[in-house]
This record gives sequence, structure tokens and C-alpha cells, in this order.
Amino acid sequence: MGSITLKQVTKTFGDVNVIKPIDLQIHDGEFIVFVGPSGCGKSTLLRMIAGLEDTTSGNIDIDGKDATNTPPAKRGLAMVFQSYALYPHMSVRNNIAFPLKRAKVPPAEIEAKIASAAKILNLGDYLDRKPGQLSGGQRQRVAIGRAIVRQPSAFLFDEPLSNLDASLRVNMRLEISELHKTLDTTMIYVTHDQVEAMTMADRIAVFNAGVIEQVGTPLELYQTPVNRFVAGFIGSPKMNFIEVEPVDGNPTSCVGVRPEHLKVTQDKGLWTGKVGVIEHLGSETFLHIHVDGVGPLTLKADGDCPLKYGDNVNLTAPQNKIMHFDAAGKTLPPTPFSGN
Amino acid sequence: MATMQSRNLARMMLFPSVVLLLAWMIVPLCMTLYFSFLDYNLLTPGNEEFIGFLNYEFFLTDPAFFASFFNTLLLVGGVLLITICGGIGLAILLDQAIWGRNYVRIMVLAPFFVMPTVSALVWKNMLMNPVNGLFAHFAIWIGVEPVDFFAQIPLLSIIIIVSWQWLPFAALILLTSIQSLDREQLEAADLDGAGPFSKFIYIVMPHLSRAITAVILIETIFLLSIFAEILVTTSGGPGYASTNLTYLIYTQSLLQFDVGGGSAGGIVAVIIANIVAIFLMRLIGKNLED
Repeated sequence: MGSITLKQVTKTFGDVNVIKPIDLQIHDGEFIVFVGPSGCGKSTLLRMIAGLEDTTSGNIDIDGKDATNTPPAKRGLAMVFQSYALYPHMSVRNNIAFPLKRAKVPPAEIEAKIASAAKILNLGDYLDRKPGQLSGGQRQRVAIGRAIVRQPSAFLFDEPLSNLDASLRVNMRLEISELHKTLDTTMIYVTHDQVEAMTMADRIAVFNAGVIEQVGTPLELYQTPVNRFVAGFIGSPKMNFIEVEPVDGNPTSCVGVRPEHLKVTQDKGLWTGKVGVIEHLGSETFLHIHVDGVGPLTLKADGDCPLKYGDNVNLTAPQNKIMHFDAAGKTLPPTPFSGN
Repeated sequence: MATMQSRNLARMMLFPSVVLLLAWMIVPLCMTLYFSFLDYNLLTPGNEEFIGFLNYEFFLTDPAFFASFFNTLLLVGGVLLITICGGIGLAILLDQAIWGRNYVRIMVLAPFFVMPTVSALVWKNMLMNPVNGLFAHFAIWIGVEPVDFFAQIPLLSIIIIVSWQWLPFAALILLTSIQSLDREQLEAADLDGAGPFSKFIYIVMPHLSRAITAVILIETIFLLSIFAEILVTTSGGPGYASTNLTYLIYTQSLLQFDVGGGSAGGIVAVIIANIVAIFLMRLIGKNLED
């Protein structure tokens, strides 16, 4: 069991509304990612769910029971912190055993649980070392181990991969996803990295300035973002936004085209521009193209793109891939776009 | 070879101060050692003669030596106990978010800046005086016999005074240590179901162990040579009840004019201090390694 319901939850620090009223239903066994720029309130909301921050108003229900004022230890949740928060003077074994000892679990059972956690996370060789003697990835695994032995109804991850280097991050991403499939427990994962969000999540909640802009599966967010913020936040490189003059009967004030949908064409396209910096990644190429009156556009091309710095190009995009936004940033139904 | 050059230059420039410091230490030590083998009394100047270990024999068989030796241990141990326990409590209190916290911290530190003689006199005349002292007034107010601190519990009184002076030092060092504790560790312990007591025992205390070690080592060095507080309050009495080794050496050499005997006592004190230092380093010094 591990369903969590947020009802009109808010948080204020002094005069600042960090979390504006939020409603969210997190289903049992789901992997949900909170993603957003820094300072958007996603970590605060996670800490409120964990019980580390008070809830200013609203209710947090865990498994159907109101847990708004329940102390952290009684909520049956486990958290993995950004700094791992391992106890530095205890061996790995004692770190993992700590929550069990506090819960007065019999020693034999503790041993068994440590052994099974060590097996799942490949920690067998390190059990008697101190955290200081472990690498970042190993510490991360110990922190996860300490979380799983408690058999929580949900796991909370607070940017757990941000202290790891890039290649390790990709590995741990896979391991955490694998762990979710193995344990089949609810996981709430906070990150500012939209790639992590897209690759790991069952559902993503996009945060911005204390509100949830959109909740949906990764593909829903990518294909049908509800507004300009979500469209710009999901997808890498970022979506190109082109300001246009609204005309009568067409309130579009901005159109968006993802770099992967922008194409170089021989015909007269929608825009013409000059190729700027070219980033070769091997499998693909990012072209930064300066378009007069529009600004720089990013274009994702094949790995063997023949264009050079300073070339003049015509650009186009399929009509069904061009998104329209009104002046407030809301997504509009698609209308034909013929350039500006 | 710039590094070789700079290293040599550094050595040359360090040389004078090292020599000066060494001389500053070695010369008095050697003179004390030399005097300790002489029959050297200021009342009979010019009659110094070599008497071997006789000074040591007299000093070590003097009943006052054993009394003052145990007084020294009690004084150091008592003050350490009070300042460490009180310091931990005070550090935890000062770590709480309270209004005017910075001013409170400065106020708490104040006793450390008061000269030992001054603070001992304040305690003697204003607080512990059996007739006019604040404690005596309080005792009379609640209807009990006032305690004559320096007559009835002389050593304990001195332990209290010295503890008052050193408590801020311990509290300050421990406070900085507590502030460097990772808050996420405490939050993790919260989630792991640790109550305030468990958090203190399993998270805060192990984190403080290094700072506590440093406080013990530093305080021991200074507490072995407590002198001014004894001089202005009890003068080591009644009898030898509040005489420590330092004070005994002072009486020997400057009140009885026996420089030879005092020097022998000084050398004994140096040896004892070294034994204590080795003992402490063995016992807790490993906390400082990392």
C-alpha cells in the first residue's frame, strides 16, 4: 500500500507562499517525478510529505488516513537525501540497521534484512566499512539500503543523483528504475533534470513557482503540454519559441517548434537564417541558427550534417508539430501557420 | 628548482624563531634541573652544594606531596567533568533559534575574558563570602545555615570557580562543532524513528567526540597549572586541603625559600604532566586522527 493524496496543500514561510494550493493523487506503486526549476517548491512539497516541514493548510492523506500532523517516523515513508545523510561514524551495516534497531526489531530479523538489502544493492563487500571509505555511488546505494529495510509504503528521493558524475548518474538511474520494478512500491522522486524525469517516471508533475503546471506521463507532457512553460521545460534541447503578432480571429502570440521537428529545406521555408555554432555529438548535431527578426533557433540534425558556420539555410517544420500559445502562455488548438 | 630554493629559504627564515622558542624552553628547564640537585636556600645564599637526589627524596616523601597530587587530579577531573557536561548542554541551548542569539553567545563567553585573580576575588567576596555573600543571603532567606565555602569545601569551591571560567571555552568549541552537524543527518534520523534521546546518543555525541577530545586536551594543559585562583582564595588551606602541585611548588620555593626543593617539585610536576599527556593521547588521541 502506498497511495498519497494531497488536498489543497499550501506552505508559507513568513510572507512567502512557497506552495500554492496543490491537489495531487499519487497512486499505489507508481513512480512519480516532481520536476521543475530550482526554487519552484518541489523539494519543499516532498519534505512536507515526509513530515520534515509543517503543512500550513490542507491535508496530506497516506493510505486513506490523514497524516498531516503525523510525525515523520510514523508515516511509514523512507527518504533518500541529496547528501545521502549517512551516519559517518557507523559502519554500513549499522547505518542500515539503525531504523530497525529504533523500531526494536529482533537482532536475527535485522541480520536477515541487512543481508537481503545487501544482496539487492550489491553491498556485501562493504558492510563493515564506514561511509567515508565509500565512493559516491556506493554511498547512494547504502542510503537506498537504509530506506528499503524499513519496507516503507513509499520512497521519497530528494535529488539523489545530483552529486554523482554523469556516467554514474546514468547507471544509478537504471538501478533505481530496476529497484522500482523489483519492489513495486510507490516512489516520489524530485529532480530538476528533465532527462531523469522523462526516463524514470510513470507520471511527471511539472512544478513552477509553487504550483503544478501539468501532471501526466512523459509522452503526454512531450506531445501535449498544456502551456508554454511545460513545453519549454520538457525536451532537450529546449523548444524554440517564436513570438508572432496576434491577428483578428487568431489569438496565437507565440509558436513553438521542437529542435527535432525543425528541418532544413531547399524550398522557401517558414524562416531563413544563418548557421551559427554547430555542436557535433556524433549521433546527432545541434545547429544554432540566427534568424533575422526571430532570434536564435536550435535545430537537431543527423550526425553527418554537412552544413558549415555561416551557411544560409531555409527552415521549415511540419504543421502538426508547431504548437501555438496565447499571450498568457496557454496552449491553443493547432491552426495553420504560414510564417511571420 | 624553484621548489628546492623556496624550501631552503623557508627553513632559513624559520630558523631564528625555532631557535628562540627552543632556548626559551630549554634554558629554564635545564636551570630547574640543575637547581633541583643543589641544596639551594635563599636564606643561606652562597652555600649551594650538590646533594644528589636528596631534594627529590624530601619532596616525594612529604605528605603534602600526596595530598596536592590528588588535589591536582581532583581539580583537573572535576573541572573537566563540569565543563564538558555543562558545555554540551549550553552548546545545545545556544544552538536553538532564540531572539538575540548573537548577544547571548557573547555574554556566555564573557567569563573567559575575566582575569583569573579578578574572577576568583569576585567569587570569594561577592558570592561565597559566608557573611556578605549572595549565597549566604540566599541560604538565610530559605532558612538554612550558610556554607563557609572556603573553610568547609575549599577544593570544591575552587573547582566551581575554575569551572565557571572554563565553561564558556568548552561551550564555544562544542557549539561550533554542533553547528557543523549536517541537518540532513538529523532529518534522516527523524525518519528512521529516532527520538530526541536516540538522536543525541547516536548522532550528536559521536559528531562531538572530536571537539570533546580537543577540549579535554587543551583544558588539561591549563588546569594542571591552576594557581591564581588558589592564591587569592584559600592560599592552599585549610591545611593542604586545596593545595595543588603548582601551589605546593610555590610554597616550597618562595614561602620556604627552598629553591632546590621547589625545583625538584617542578621537575616532578613536569614528569607528571607528561604522564598525563601520554595517558590522554593514548586514551582519546585516536579521535583526532582521521
